[in-house]
Amino acid sequence: MNRHRTQRIGYAFLALVTLAVVAPILVVVGIIIARGFGAISWEFISAMPYDGMKEGGIFPAIVGTLLLTLGTALAAIPVGIGGTIYLAEYARDTWLTRCIRLAIVNLAGIPSIVYGLFGLGMFVLFMRMGTSILAGSLTLAIMTLPVIISTGEEALRAVPTEFRTVSASLGGTRWQGIRHVILPQALPGMITGIILGLLRAAGETAPILFTVAAFFLPRLPSSPFDQTMALPYHLYVISTQVPGMPQSIQYGTALVLLALVLSMNLVATVIRSYFRRRRQW
Amino acid sequence: MMLQTGTDNAKTSGHGWAESVVEATIRVLGFSTIGLVLLIFLFLLREGVPVFYEVPLGNLFGTRWYPTFNLFGTLPLILGSGLVTVTSIVMALPLGVATAVFVREVAPHWAREILKPMIEVLAGIPSVVLGFFGMNVVAPLIRESFGAPTGLTVFAGAIILAYMALPTIISVAEDALDAVPKSYRDAALAMGATQWQTIWRVVVPAARSGISMAVMLGMGRAIGETMAVMMVTGNASRMPLSLDSLFRPARTMTATIAAEMGEVAQGSTHYHALFGIGIILFLLTFLINLAAATTIFKKQRRGGLR
Repeated sequence: MNRHRTQRIGYAFLALVTLAVVAPILVVVGIIIARGFGAISWEFISAMPYDGMKEGGIFPAIVGTLLLTLGTALAAIPVGIGGTIYLAEYARDTWLTRCIRLAIVNLAGIPSIVYGLFGLGMFVLFMRMGTSILAGSLTLAIMTLPVIISTGEEALRAVPTEFRTVSASLGGTRWQGIRHVILPQALPGMITGIILGLLRAAGETAPILFTVAAFFLPRLPSSPFDQTMALPYHLYVISTQVPGMPQSIQYGTALVLLALVLSMNLVATVIRSYFRRRRQW
Repeated sequence: MMLQTGTDNAKTSGHGWAESVVEATIRVLGFSTIGLVLLIFLFLLREGVPVFYEVPLGNLFGTRWYPTFNLFGTLPLILGSGLVTVTSIVMALPLGVATAVFVREVAPHWAREILKPMIEVLAGIPSVVLGFFGMNVVAPLIRESFGAPTGLTVFAGAIILAYMALPTIISVAEDALDAVPKSYRDAALAMGATQWQTIWRVVVPAARSGISMAVMLGMGRAIGETMAVMMVTGNASRMPLSLDSLFRPARTMTATIAAEMGEVAQGSTHYHALFGIGIILFLLTFLINLAAATTIFKKQRRGGLR
């Protein structure tokens, strides 16, 4: 039974390769936690930086990232949900619809730095927003759209056709059916997509390089037209542009960013699996 | 007919106009993505096209990028991006396909439940964090083990990029394997093939087009990746033509834009040149995604009342 031995060896080999893919993930997360944990203190996450960022905390960068994520959510969620509903419930299979799908695939593939260029050209310079939270949020929102729309569409399409038929047969209009029957069913899936999109935005650096980011700004922004520090950009700056930066602060910043993003990831996963289990169809 | 009656009911109850407004808004939002893509391209052209008047073509496609001396040769940057991307895909493709096969075809249920979230974690790690890790951990390792003067090399960048492309490659390849009809497997097994033979001689070949789509999407991600590449590849704009290029620094198109845009005067030739690189990147990723999308559109549509 030689070929069965081949199969067993083959499976073992595949398991090893998979381990080679997965193990480095644990190593990355593990090393960042191990080396960054020492830097984490209440002061580190709640104080302003001082002494050329070598002392104090990263509070303004955390607040900046939260504000940017909030701005992105405000801009991206309405447009994303509208676009999703159109594609899943209204669009017929015409060449125009195919253009929309192509546009979404394309938006998803545009390099993040090109979004940065666009944000600079359109929002910062042409619309005169200056480097500001507003310009950065809008740039990030456009980048987030394809994630929200494609996961959202999947969620809407997963709702069985019968739901629509029954709603229509009871005299509901198409919109009433969507609003009261389809959307509630698809909501958990759509929320998952929104969180996944937002966590990508929260971790991005390239699009905010020229649209928002302040190198060193030890105060909180007071309006959407202010510049702000942001966690990913801050990590980039202190690990490449500031000589003599203590390693612990670098790893500490990386850890805070990682924790923020992975906890959003966890929330999305929990929502998805919770509702998948409760679903009755 | 049924839908028609429904609309009439709503109109008599006085909600008709509100509903039309909602539906019109949804329609507009649906089309907004097309507008956005056009807008992005338009702004890139607006800021980037002037470089073609300002700099002769011979200079633009020359081999030296030294903006301070008015040398805007994009060739080393294009080749730099190409080398890093190709190297990363050469690493990621076998890893990705093998992992997808393991997760989808071989792994027991409990292992799948652990593996899939972990791959999602990898997809979620911000690129600046991976770049930071690459700089501080991977690069020194490469410097020591290969005796290179610096660890910040094409090879280091390609390793990081490979891991960034892996989640995309794995999930698309998994979908492709999933789409292979059960009857294919049953037929192979019924003829006495082992699972292993079925996987490699029937299932994977049948999923070929989906797997090539996975590779294209992974490549698109790798070409466009900015922060990690900028932090890890060393950023020396040189033609990567010698044999040892893998273990020397290089500079990609994305890193050039990210590193230099902050310091240029708006409206200068250098500024236009960086937008010009943006146009190249936009068109490249557009073509790659177009090629991948033609595969997506062939998929059957399901659900929806229309």
